[in-house]
Amino acid sequence: MTLAMTGTVELEPSQPSNARAKWKHMDTVLDRSGPFTDPDFRPGETPKESLARAKVLVIGAGGLGCEMLKDLASSGFRDIHVIDMDTIDVSNLNRQFLFRQEDVGKFKAEVAAQRVEKRSGSGVKITPYCGKIQDKDEDYYKQFAMIICGLDSIEARRWINATLVGMVDEEDPDSLKPLIDGGTEGFKGQARVIFPTMTSCIECQLDMHAPRAAVPLCTLATIPRQPQHCIEWAHIIAWEEERKGDILDTDDPEHITWLYQKALKRAEQFNISGVTYSMTQGVVKNIIPAIASTNAIVAAACCNEAFKIITSCNPCLGLPGTDNYMMYTGDESVYTYTFEHQKKPDCPVCGNLSRPLQVNQDSTLGEFLDSLTERPEAQLKKPTIRTEAKSLYYQSPPSLEEQTRHNLSKKLSELVENGEEVAIQDPAFPTTFKYKLVFQK
Amino acid sequence: MENEIPPALQGPTAKEKKYDRQLRLWGAHGQMALEESHILLINSGPGVVGLETLKNLVLPGIGNFTIQDSAVVTQADLGVNFFLEDKHMGQFRAEHTCNLLKELNPDVEGHFITEPVELFLNKPNALKPYTLVLVTAPIRPELLSQLSSHANATNTPLFYIHSVGFYSHFAINLPLAFPVVDTHPSPESTTDLRLLNPWPELVQYAAEKTKDLESMNNEDHGHVPYVCLLLYYLGQWRKDHDGRVPQDYKEKTAFRNLVSDAARTNTPEGSEENYDEAVAAVLKSLNPAEPSSAVKEIFKAPECQRIDEQSPSFWIIARAISNFYDKHTALPLPGSVPDMKARSADYVQLQNVYKTKARKDIAEVLEDVRRIEEEVGKKTKVDEKEVETFCKNAAHVKLIRGRPFHVVQAGQSIKWGDRAKSLAQMLTFPGSLLPLYIAFLAYDEFTATPNKDSLGSASQIPGAADARLDVENVISVSRKIIDDLINEAGTFIEDPEYSEVLSTTADFVKELVRAGGAELHNISALTGGLVSQEVIKVITEQYIPVDNTCVFDGIRSKSEVIRV
Ligand SMILES: [Zn+2]
Repeated sequence: MTLAMTGTVELEPSQPSNARAKWKHMDTVLDRSGPFTDPDFRPGETPKESLARAKVLVIGAGGLGCEMLKDLASSGFRDIHVIDMDTIDVSNLNRQFLFRQEDVGKFKAEVAAQRVEKRSGSGVKITPYCGKIQDKDEDYYKQFAMIICGLDSIEARRWINATLVGMVDEEDPDSLKPLIDGGTEGFKGQARVIFPTMTSCIECQLDMHAPRAAVPLCTLATIPRQPQHCIEWAHIIAWEEERKGDILDTDDPEHITWLYQKALKRAEQFNISGVTYSMTQGVVKNIIPAIASTNAIVAAACCNEAFKIITSCNPCLGLPGTDNYMMYTGDESVYTYTFEHQKKPDCPVCGNLSRPLQVNQDSTLGEFLDSLTERPEAQLKKPTIRTEAKSLYYQSPPSLEEQTRHNLSKKLSELVENGEEVAIQDPAFPTTFKYKLVFQK
Repeated sequence: MENEIPPALQGPTAKEKKYDRQLRLWGAHGQMALEESHILLINSGPGVVGLETLKNLVLPGIGNFTIQDSAVVTQADLGVNFFLEDKHMGQFRAEHTCNLLKELNPDVEGHFITEPVELFLNKPNALKPYTLVLVTAPIRPELLSQLSSHANATNTPLFYIHSVGFYSHFAINLPLAFPVVDTHPSPESTTDLRLLNPWPELVQYAAEKTKDLESMNNEDHGHVPYVCLLLYYLGQWRKDHDGRVPQDYKEKTAFRNLVSDAARTNTPEGSEENYDEAVAAVLKSLNPAEPSSAVKEIFKAPECQRIDEQSPSFWIIARAISNFYDKHTALPLPGSVPDMKARSADYVQLQNVYKTKARKDIAEVLEDVRRIEEEVGKKTKVDEKEVETFCKNAAHVKLIRGRPFHVVQAGQSIKWGDRAKSLAQMLTFPGSLLPLYIAFLAYDEFTATPNKDSLGSASQIPGAADARLDVENVISVSRKIIDDLINEAGTFIEDPEYSEVLSTTADFVKELVRAGGAELHNISALTGGLVSQEVIKVITEQYIPVDNTCVFDGIRSKSEVIRV
């Protein structure tokens, strides 16, 4: 097969001419060079072949995922895989446009794959997997040319990021999988491109997505002031006291109604107004507003990068030394800020140096571990911690947990030296976080 | 007890469940406006961007949409347009895209028109049913002018949209006065505590809560709301500074230290949360309540100065608030209080102090509104709720002055009017996307110019056939547009800047022509997202819409909003 070097339209030999006619729009761009294309770009057959052969993975078949599947299938990608463990809920229908009322309760990945495959006609194959990304191993992820994420969970993002960084083998260029990640919240969102180990990774950028500070327990228990405080009280304290044993199901209307009534009563008691059913649901389920337009923007920005990476028909985001992050805000006019987020040498996932962490040496190990949940640069839930010399605390197995439990009440200054390195592991992440504990005073 | 459950406890309705994630943004009010709208899409060219826009409007539940499109489905549509299937080949595009869009939301009514746009527009009252009109390029300039005249004569918002290769552009023609009250400012920017000019009830409340502050036990001391602390220490400061409050950054910093030093450290935590909050609030809450220039502009607007019986309620309320400001040198108090460390009862009492004052301000404005209505003989009364909302958002209301966008006519130069100066300046800003907008104008002029080689007035798309030849032509058009702009601005751009502007623009032109009129799905989907978002803002009259032109560069993944 000869490569098309000229600017003329050439039909792909592997397909009948009318199948290629479908791609007339895209081919016009792929058959020509532009003012910004790399001098090595060969218009014509090469980019088309790359597109047709590329196997890509979309993680998430929700608001962003639905859009991404449509965008990729309508941009010439033919071998698309999609992972999602969720089933369809009625509140998805205002934006997850591949789903209908009658699909409620079915697996998202399956329905999304079927709809896009049917619409796109022959030549596009979409393979769903209804389950967790953690079910899959490196061999699975290794088969893809790139991974495109449309997730709403920070934890899943960090997991896939750490996995892809861990997979990179310097001897094998094929082990480096570009990661394209999108996220939205109401009218805001971001799209970013990561070349694992080469450029700033999700973990390097973690502090851009700081978790909301939790309301102190004593406020909930004794001095509530806001309707949300009353709801959190019902959620965290009243449920535990009055319905111990019942597992709270935030999708069960009876459970939400119970919490709502509890919160309402407490609010009345303290003269606080504003508790509503919708607010109760919002607080308890940590609902983030989501709309079709923002999803469309962010998903398309991600798939546009995927298209450029695979075809090389124009420069993409994410190469070392270039912009890799697009921030989007749409509530006040339209605003994008596209910049290069710098790789952090002390990134616990992709860096070599351990990251300094300011700590109060008088706080106990237990308090320190609790604080890791809220620290924007850590955000760990069930940390196991050790120094080079000793085990400080192990979450599991039970025998080790028991042996190390007594350390939880000890002061940090009794356990580590100022500036000492600790290794922290969390079952949610396939990596070891290295921190240097620096005493505050 | 159990059978006395009020209706609210039965949980949300089916509609509230389906639209939950968006109702949390624009509320029932915004949703109702969407459901009452009827949106017309005049779809031309490849037509993807128009449908991607409509998709994001059908999903959140607009009332009606209509697609005017006389094109017949071709092979080329099938790859790039998600709302068509192989079996639709050779049939009307309007019909099948309409049907597939309707599937997305059974609550939305969809209609289609297959007659050519010239015939459709020539019918009397053709555009009357529509709340808002979207038109995608390419379209003949005389038709676009006709749409633009209709928009201006009837105050119907009009959007003109391009999506070509890796670039896109859209322009919005809003009514001459497009006010937004419910702008949804960020919560941090809305806190207005009036610490520099407190009213008597607030002063009294603070005095009560800080009585014997120094001798309070730690428990009480740590629960004094920070608003009271700041008022207390401001009193101390005033005593030492001839009655003045901290003026500049230096004084504010000194005041902050005064507060910070007063915090007790002999507590179990070694600090006090309420003092921490007070310290953090010093710099942002000790500013005089000066309205923004946007609000002052509204007060000065001719519509606000001259109220008559035809005046819309926005202007009547604006006038009453302007009067209020003249009298009190303050806007009506919004009345909300941020959360702060305090005992429940104290906090609720503080909230009430603010709420009561806010209600008093609203009552005063309302009274003035009624007086103005009486004075000008206004038949219908302004809704009280509207006055309340306006008062609460008074510092953040926004007025956008809509104006017609450029309709490029073959061989005629473009007029930039009062924007010429600022735009000519912008041409030289590094990274500015104004040259991309100019490339689009040149692209339109090329398209509007009758093809010399063909019979009749068939338009030609740059790059559809011979890219190299067309590039030269479009570049020379773009160069003329730049020179005209510089001339109209009465300025001069020197080399090397001038050559840089030309070459930047030429590159944008080359990339546009490379696409030969093709749409790339991703760019159209992204642009459809942007446009639909703006349509939602315009219809719900919430959030702040683009004023008035937006361009997107899909190579660098950057957008820019330009006031043309
Ligand atoms: Zn990193």
